Amino acid sequence: MLAWLMPEQASVQAPRVDAIFLALTAISGAIVLLVVGLVVAFSIRFRRGSKANRDALPSLVAREFEIGWTAATLFVFVFIFWWAASAEIRAYVAPKDAIEVHVVAKQWMWKTQSSNGAREINELHVPVGAPVRLILTSQDVIHSFYVPAFRLKRDALPGQQTETWFKATKTGTFHLLCTEYCGTDHARMLGRIVVMEPEDYARWLSAQPEGDDLAHAGERLFAERGCAGCHAPGSGVHAPGLAGLWGREIPLAGGRTATVDGAYVRDSILQPKRDVAAGYEPIMPSYDGLLSDGEIQELTAYIRALGAGPRASRTPGRPPLSSRVPGAARDRSPAMVPGAPVDDGPAPAGAATRP
Amino acid sequence: MSAGLAESPTALADRGELALGLPESYLAAGHTLGSWLTSTDHKRIAILYAISITVFFFLGGAAATMVRLELFTPKADVVGADTYNKLFTLHGVIMVWFFLIPSIPTTLGNFLLPLMIGARDMAFPKLNLASWYLNILGGLLTASAMLAGGIDTGWTFYVPYATVFSNSAVSLGVLGVFVSGFSTIATGVNVIATTHTLRAPGMTWFRLPLFVWALYTTSLIFVLATPVLAVTLLLVVAERAFDLPIFDPARGGDPILFQHLFWFYSHPAVYIMILPAMGVISEVITCFARRRVFGYTFMVYALLAIAVIGFFTWGHHMFTSGMSPFAALVFSFLSFIVAVPSAIKVFNWTATLYRGQIGFESPMLYALGFVGLFTVGGLTGLFLASVPIDVHVQDTYFVVAHFHYIMVGASVSAYFAGLHFWWPKVTGRMYPETWAKFAAILMFFGFNLTFFPQFIAGYLGMPRRYHVYPPEFQIWNVLSSSGAAVLAVAYLMPLGYLTWSVLFGERARNDPWNASGLEWRTTSPPPRENFLGKPEVLAEPYNYHPEGAPPVKDQPRIPAQGSLT
Repeated sequence: MLAWLMPEQASVQAPRVDAIFLALTAISGAIVLLVVGLVVAFSIRFRRGSKANRDALPSLVAREFEIGWTAATLFVFVFIFWWAASAEIRAYVAPKDAIEVHVVAKQWMWKTQSSNGAREINELHVPVGAPVRLILTSQDVIHSFYVPAFRLKRDALPGQQTETWFKATKTGTFHLLCTEYCGTDHARMLGRIVVMEPEDYARWLSAQPEGDDLAHAGERLFAERGCAGCHAPGSGVHAPGLAGLWGREIPLAGGRTATVDGAYVRDSILQPKRDVAAGYEPIMPSYDGLLSDGEIQELTAYIRALGAGPRASRTPGRPPLSSRVPGAARDRSPAMVPGAPVDDGPAPAGAATRP
Repeated sequence: MSAGLAESPTALADRGELALGLPESYLAAGHTLGSWLTSTDHKRIAILYAISITVFFFLGGAAATMVRLELFTPKADVVGADTYNKLFTLHGVIMVWFFLIPSIPTTLGNFLLPLMIGARDMAFPKLNLASWYLNILGGLLTASAMLAGGIDTGWTFYVPYATVFSNSAVSLGVLGVFVSGFSTIATGVNVIATTHTLRAPGMTWFRLPLFVWALYTTSLIFVLATPVLAVTLLLVVAERAFDLPIFDPARGGDPILFQHLFWFYSHPAVYIMILPAMGVISEVITCFARRRVFGYTFMVYALLAIAVIGFFTWGHHMFTSGMSPFAALVFSFLSFIVAVPSAIKVFNWTATLYRGQIGFESPMLYALGFVGLFTVGGLTGLFLASVPIDVHVQDTYFVVAHFHYIMVGASVSAYFAGLHFWWPKVTGRMYPETWAKFAAILMFFGFNLTFFPQFIAGYLGMPRRYHVYPPEFQIWNVLSSSGAAVLAVAYLMPLGYLTWSVLFGERARNDPWNASGLEWRTTSPPPRENFLGKPEVLAEPYNYHPEGAPPVKDQPRIPAQGSLT
């Protein structure tokens, strides 16, 4: 019966959400029964002309009741808040080893691209038991990525990136629905999430057409679109080097600081004059309109790869990306050296990132 | 007053009372269309509003009927995608801004506020009339958007869809809502000024009926929140019609900013819809339980608390739009807190029944139905205030069911409770009680059949605004659509028997329910000047039984005995 009234549980998050939901349903059911029960009981007992006792209540009792049920409701509600909030905080940050999947929504389809190179339309294949981090954006209006079986939903916003993550616990095919109204075919903007055993997933992955992963595609773009002309080590132009930059807090002109993340990189490409790194001239032209959302994601992945340690999702057999970055190893940040421990904490402000 | 007038259906209610030389009723003060369209009498303006919101209610209802018909099967078989999108937008826009928001404040509120506080009219009678014309102008603009091809954005007008992508008549519809906002602000200013300045001698703040408190707190929201809506809608029109870059992310705008602005108005707007309903219920339950309201002061402070805290919970509409988790927790916490005063009100209504002399006339049936539906609607609000659950059910039918329980189950039930309760005062006629009871019961069951299955469909994952849907959701949609058919009948019945009663109903006494409020201390229907003498208030509100003494068995006088105060 219950299984028929609840959606399938196929992620780590699903049983947690359902536990809160069922507890809230039980509490609410009890309150509804109490209220309706009292209304019905009073209606019968104190119906017009019945023989029930109707002596006045002492006013002290009335006030005690009033304070009592105010306090009781407040206590119950704050307790539920605390419980739901703690579940939310626990689920907020994606594990570090998560597979990264970029999702681009557009009227009326989902494009997904895994950091290991698999590109799909209206589908996403993932291995069971592995955390998957979603980075969403939209090319037109707001959409929302909803997988009921995972109790997962996040809006895909144009011009911005949002993130969420899940870990599937069950193999199978699950609905992917758009839940932010997006125009004519909103109801047909459907997809499916295919959760596979890891070995099936590996087989599926190897059968996919050979495609570059995001960071490698970004590396190619970096050269093709002329970014390298200024930002590559050894360039004559006075421009910040990008190696080791990811995740750092860097000083900006005007005394502010910024953390280098997806949003900052995106802003720096599209509106380079807004947050100029301290010590540099605002000479970079805007790439607004010259790069697609997907290309910005690829460039971002490249910059991230320049600053990150070895990743589990790297294609076996290929040299780590960082070793192929131009310039000598000693010129780069320690995080760039293959095998060096990854330091994800904020680096001291003002660290030299120039070659 | 001539004896001939007594034969007219709009003259004084009770022939026996004519001998006293009473002034003619407000209904008899002119029978031409012009006498209605230029009247500054708050009672006549209330009737104008009642007629216009009834038209809008059935227009919005017709759109809902089409939506439910389409959803009977998982495939698109009644209307296509674009038509469906225009239908649910029409339903939402009309129902929210042209029925629910004006419903109780401008009809029952307009009619009763001066009567309840012992005033001759509202503080600004001309502004009152102007507000109706603004409402009609806004309604016509929005209706013309429908003729110009319709709007397909949903009632929330989310950008950049509404400003950059939609090819429908968005600007026209948005302008209509913009204009009607001024009507709302005018009503709010009028209610606040009237309550402050025109209370009769002895009518202190803590002797005000709870309905007046409810109107007052609603008007505070009218005045403080509606300007934000006006600004937001103007920005939408500026971007759409004049191509100014405001929200469009492709030109540096932020669509999330729109959502913050929109919900900063639209969440308090939910309280605009429910607070007056709470006021009506307090009047009806006390009258038919023959008891003083339990915890009057707590009821007043609960209204104020809801109005104030309601301004700080808007973010719970945006938990999935990428809000920081800490902001989400703050909004979640405040959303739980705003539920506490609502719970107090439910408990106090229930406690008011205790040791009463409860009668089950139709207004009371609607009111008891309200308590149940409001409790369910309010508690499901807690689900949506919990972030992890909201992430799952946001933009699904769970949300649709939740807000229909509040706005339709609760608010519309209260509107019908009030309409029946004060119908004898407004029209001077009694309606057929058996029909009214039947409609009240039918409405309760039809409503639950329509909307309860939507909670289940929503938790199972059925998104809203889908005209085609995965087939496993069909069973819940069939239940819901069947309920909608029952509900449609239940809503059409009052239209029939109330219209009948205006023409053929029995004459109402001045105080058919033996109620306590000042509005019953005048003739039914009241004269233009509301009261025969100068009212003075000497007692606490809801003076149904002496303090410390039990209520006595006390039949309402329908229609055997009359009373003239």
